Amino acid sequence: MAHLEQTVKDMKDTGARNNQTLELPRSNVASELLRELVAHLRQNRTQLREEWVTRISETRLLTAMTKDEIFAEATSVYDSYVEALETGTFEALQAYARNLSERIIPRGVETHEVVGIVLLLRDVLARSLFAKYQTDFKKLNRILDAYEPAANRIANTVAVGFVQERERVIRQQQEAIRELSTPVLQVRERLLILPIIGVIDPQRARQLTEQLLRGIRTNRAKVVVIDITGVAAMDATVANHLVQTVEASRLLGANVIVTGLSPEIAQTLVTIGIDLGKMNTVGDLQGGIEQAERLLGYKVAALGEPN
Amino acid sequence: MEVPILKQGDVLIATFQAALSDDDLSQLRSGLVQQVVRFRSHGVIVDVTAMDVLDSFASRTLREIAHMIRLRGAETVIVGIQPEVAFAMVQLGLTLEGVATALDLEEGLSYLNQKFEKMH
Repeated sequence: MAHLEQTVKDMKDTGARNNQTLELPRSNVASELLRELVAHLRQNRTQLREEWVTRISETRLLTAMTKDEIFAEATSVYDSYVEALETGTFEALQAYARNLSERIIPRGVETHEVVGIVLLLRDVLARSLFAKYQTDFKKLNRILDAYEPAANRIANTVAVGFVQERERVIRQQQEAIRELSTPVLQVRERLLILPIIGVIDPQRARQLTEQLLRGIRTNRAKVVVIDITGVAAMDATVANHLVQTVEASRLLGANVIVTGLSPEIAQTLVTIGIDLGKMNTVGDLQGGIEQAERLLGYKVAALGEPN
Repeated sequence: MEVPILKQGDVLIATFQAALSDDDLSQLRSGLVQQVVRFRSHGVIVDVTAMDVLDSFASRTLREIAHMIRLRGAETVIVGIQPEVAFAMVQLGLTLEGVATALDLEEGLSYLNQKFEKMH
């Protein structure tokens, strides 16, 4: 009875999370049938598992994995599957799905493959039920009534687990790229450089501006050199944003020098018709730093001949 | 609330408090323009550090102050614009053209001193 309550609770939890209401009517008869079903699956474990693995290779799923690996995973999945059917709790399966996803996502396993193999297992098991109860249609019907909702829940749980794991990986990578992509460096007292490399989308542009303006405040910068040698092209929105960044920096009392404009970017800036009086541009980073030093009153002199 | 105008050497310093009405701003403008000649000041610093928003009226008034002070023979520098405020202003097209800006009071003072040294 406690078991049943736990099951109902789990279902509510997961149901709410997955935003769907899949209630399993678990009368005593149904759980009796499920027990019988589980016993059947345990008994024929070796044979059904074999058949499942064969079907997986036939449909050319999980091509990134070796046959032995597939067999090992299939065994674990099979056992978790049967366990989920028996207990009606999906936590263990969910945890296993997450763990499995963590291992196979880096190897390039696709969502359709994972969903595909779970559906294959569902079909293989359903077929074996047909074979076993083909003489007793009424019983087969009742067994399927008990089996199908549970099997669908399992397929759903595994698929959702996989997709969630994938999304988590993507979010993590986006975060990492974002952090790596925008260093604000101090090269001299009151002189910052901001080397920008790669594609700038509006979101990254906003972030760059934020970091730069904050950097100006914390480093008390008077001159900033923004080097965009590593940016091949930018669209009008981002170009406008760049101009706005230059103006906002001026409001904080810092001079901005933009260096390394590619011909394409120059074209974009001319097309959107920026006011050249507001933008101080120099050909390359070296020239930009030299001009910044002049603005700050530095004079760089060589100490004799280089060795 | 009226903005107090402090005299420090030959520089006048006006520090904005948080909520300022349009009347306060207009009053500050006339106060500064009068006093800059009365005290023979060579520079004016307007400190807006406390402002977390500068609307179009405030920006226009700041620009007017700077231009009127110039006509009265002194220099103005606006200091302490917050990064978020700066970007918001730029997006609204309020760029304070032709007005000197500096990071904070200290920077503003050194900017004015440099200007003053050059003149003499």
